[in-house]
Amino acid sequence: MRWVQTHRIQDMFPALNLNNISKSFGLVQANKNIDLEVALGSIHGIIGENGAGKSTLMNIIYGMHRADTGEITIGGTKVDMRSPADAIQYGIGMVHQHFMLIPTFTVLENITLGSEGGLMLGEGRDKALKHLQHLSSSYGLEVDPHALVSDLNVGQRQRVEIIKALKGGAKVLILDEPTGVLTPQEADQLFEILKVLRDDGVSILLITHKLTEVMDITDTVSIMRQGEMVGHRKTSETSPQELAELMVGRAVLLEVDHTPAKPAEVRLSASGLGYTNQQGVVELENISFEVRSGEILGIAGVSGNGQTQLMEALAGMMPFSTGTVNILGKTLTAEDSITPRAIRDLGLGHIPEDRHTHGLILPFEARETMILGFHDTELAGSGKLFDYTAIQQNCADKMTHFDVRPSNPRLNAKNFSGGNQQKIVIAREFSANPGVLLVGQPTRGVDVGAIEFIHKQLLELRDAGCAILLVSVELDEVMSLSDRIMVLCDGQNIGIVAAEDADRQTLGLMMAGQKQETAA
Amino acid sequence: MADFLYQLLLSLDATLRIATPLILCAMAGIFTERSGIVDISLEGKLLSGAFVAATVAAFTGSAWLGLGCAILAGIIMSLIHGFACITHKGDQVVSGVAINILASGLTIVLGIALFQQGGKTPSLAKESRFTPMEWWGVEMLDSVPVLGVLYRQLISGHNLLVYLALLAVPLTAFVLYKTRFGLRVRAVGETPQAVDSAGISVSLLRYRALIVGGALCGMAGAYLSIAQGGNFVKEMSAGKGYIALAAVIFGNWKPLSAFFACLMFGFLEAATARLEGYEIFLIGEIPSQLMQAIPYILTVLLLAGFIGKPHPPAASGQPYHK
Repeated sequence: MRWVQTHRIQDMFPALNLNNISKSFGLVQANKNIDLEVALGSIHGIIGENGAGKSTLMNIIYGMHRADTGEITIGGTKVDMRSPADAIQYGIGMVHQHFMLIPTFTVLENITLGSEGGLMLGEGRDKALKHLQHLSSSYGLEVDPHALVSDLNVGQRQRVEIIKALKGGAKVLILDEPTGVLTPQEADQLFEILKVLRDDGVSILLITHKLTEVMDITDTVSIMRQGEMVGHRKTSETSPQELAELMVGRAVLLEVDHTPAKPAEVRLSASGLGYTNQQGVVELENISFEVRSGEILGIAGVSGNGQTQLMEALAGMMPFSTGTVNILGKTLTAEDSITPRAIRDLGLGHIPEDRHTHGLILPFEARETMILGFHDTELAGSGKLFDYTAIQQNCADKMTHFDVRPSNPRLNAKNFSGGNQQKIVIAREFSANPGVLLVGQPTRGVDVGAIEFIHKQLLELRDAGCAILLVSVELDEVMSLSDRIMVLCDGQNIGIVAAEDADRQTLGLMMAGQKQETAA
Repeated sequence: MADFLYQLLLSLDATLRIATPLILCAMAGIFTERSGIVDISLEGKLLSGAFVAATVAAFTGSAWLGLGCAILAGIIMSLIHGFACITHKGDQVVSGVAINILASGLTIVLGIALFQQGGKTPSLAKESRFTPMEWWGVEMLDSVPVLGVLYRQLISGHNLLVYLALLAVPLTAFVLYKTRFGLRVRAVGETPQAVDSAGISVSLLRYRALIVGGALCGMAGAYLSIAQGGNFVKEMSAGKGYIALAAVIFGNWKPLSAFFACLMFGFLEAATARLEGYEIFLIGEIPSQLMQAIPYILTVLLLAGFIGKPHPPAASGQPYHK
């Protein structure tokens, strides 16, 4: 490797060293006595559950937050990191989980921002262009400098972010959950680029919660749990099981115990379903499928390819333009005025993709949240007025049954962790004993322990005869839970494959829009 | 026919005079709104500028000092707005309305306290005002038929601030699209997170945009009270700040388009004055209130999506939280 041959003094030190970093926000201790060492020219993974403090730590390294105590050393020099401007100066670049790009600007303008070079734009722009062309040719980071960012797809936007982060010769590159929005193929391309960068002497910090990625690409890995660093490992000397245990603090069943389905009668079907939005964009096109009692049909696809529209159309939250839907024997056409209420009354349950917007009312107490949509049933009491004793009892029972922690019905919904919020929604929807269930992103932002629980619950409901339609951006989740998998791309059904025939490669190609000859 | 053309020329001349404060305020609005701050307080800054200009000019006899202090007043009002909605992340519309109320009340109270003329400031002598400037060669061109009149009435014969307003438009466009400051202002109004992560202070940038806006509003105020007018009259801004904001929206937050919107609104007002009392064939007399309402009606139609599609800065109105 190149950095070995150049015997500069700095090369004897690690690229980045954190010593005893702590940070709290109010009463919450986000980071506690963190030590971390990142070697020059290595890919270092940071894994941990949601809320383990990974993002806080990265924001401290990038100067977005200031550590309460502890010191940061870069290339052997102790630094005082007060703002991202400092971090950039010390050669740290960051690719944020939510892209920091200005959609109405061109790629070049986005890259120029922050390093304009002078009062006028000309010089900085020329330099940015040169930088961009250099990176394009040396690392395969190809992107049109004059394209508007809003016209780029997610993979291209990420490339712009990386180019931005590398400008000014960054020596440490932080990537926060970079593969969440990519197809498997795009993720592979990204990893190739990262490897070339590493071999060129760049140290890469990769934040992720996907164990397979850590095993595939990192050289070393650090594990965080509840704000603390619980271990550092060489990737070659550890296993996914050990990492998962360190993350959660106990042994975890990584594989879902997926017994074969016993499909019975068709409970949910769609035929020629289409939706064109008000701007005239076709968001769903000619989608047909059926889901039987006792099976899970998973929907795979890069997010934003019609999954949300499909779920909302089936749940009655959004109209559809063409085709028909059949729910438990009742056929609905685009002409029918469909409301979520009417659909619920047919026996359909819905765990929405965005639980903060559609699943919960965050400032409401858990007991009130637990009867949302069921406030006119006996759950809310038998009379015209709410019977808060009954409501509270109902909530307490469900919290025990679904292991919601803390099991306090009077706590506001927003004060539960992501996993427990999801359990509240699941408790509410499962208890209504739906004949058909729509599940969107069941484990987004949910910790590993709760994921295990939620997966088990879903399979139990399936075995009790429910017909389940599952949407998830986590391909692993779709693959391990589903009995059959439908792939959506550009609002079209690319094909439906049996889960046992599906592998990442095939699904990835389908997610990119390639129809498979063998599709069943 | 010649009479009609002469009337038109006078209307255009009036248009320019009416549009001047609108143009300056609209350019101010473009800077602040493009940086992500809703600037309903254009009105209040305009009014404060007008009052301070007239007061300082009355005491010192200097129009230039009046202008300078008006600019300072506009900046101070802007800084109050910024302190509330940048530093303390308050609601920008509420803060803007508060500035307008403050300006409206304070100018009257101070005016009565200083001059005891019911909120007016004393009439200024010619020397302490910006008076129309006669350009070189007006006499010579007077003999040339059409061109002479055009030159005398439309091009020459305005006060300094009218020309400054006209200059402000290309200058705003240049700053916004060709300079570092402009790039950052446009960026911070769209995606402040990106600006922050590029190592640039969001707050400082927005304050600077507000300061530029305040200075432009102060100039517009000075125009009202010591250039076009000869003293300050209470509530003399009379909604011009709001119309300028409408022009900003109508011009889709772009300098040149907003400039034309200002000219259009100015022409409407000039035409209103000329049409007062006239019966138009088949239509009858047009109520002046309707003409005055047209800028607002057009803006509402625009925002409702009937005339093109507005593209407001994406982060407009949202305080930036890390």
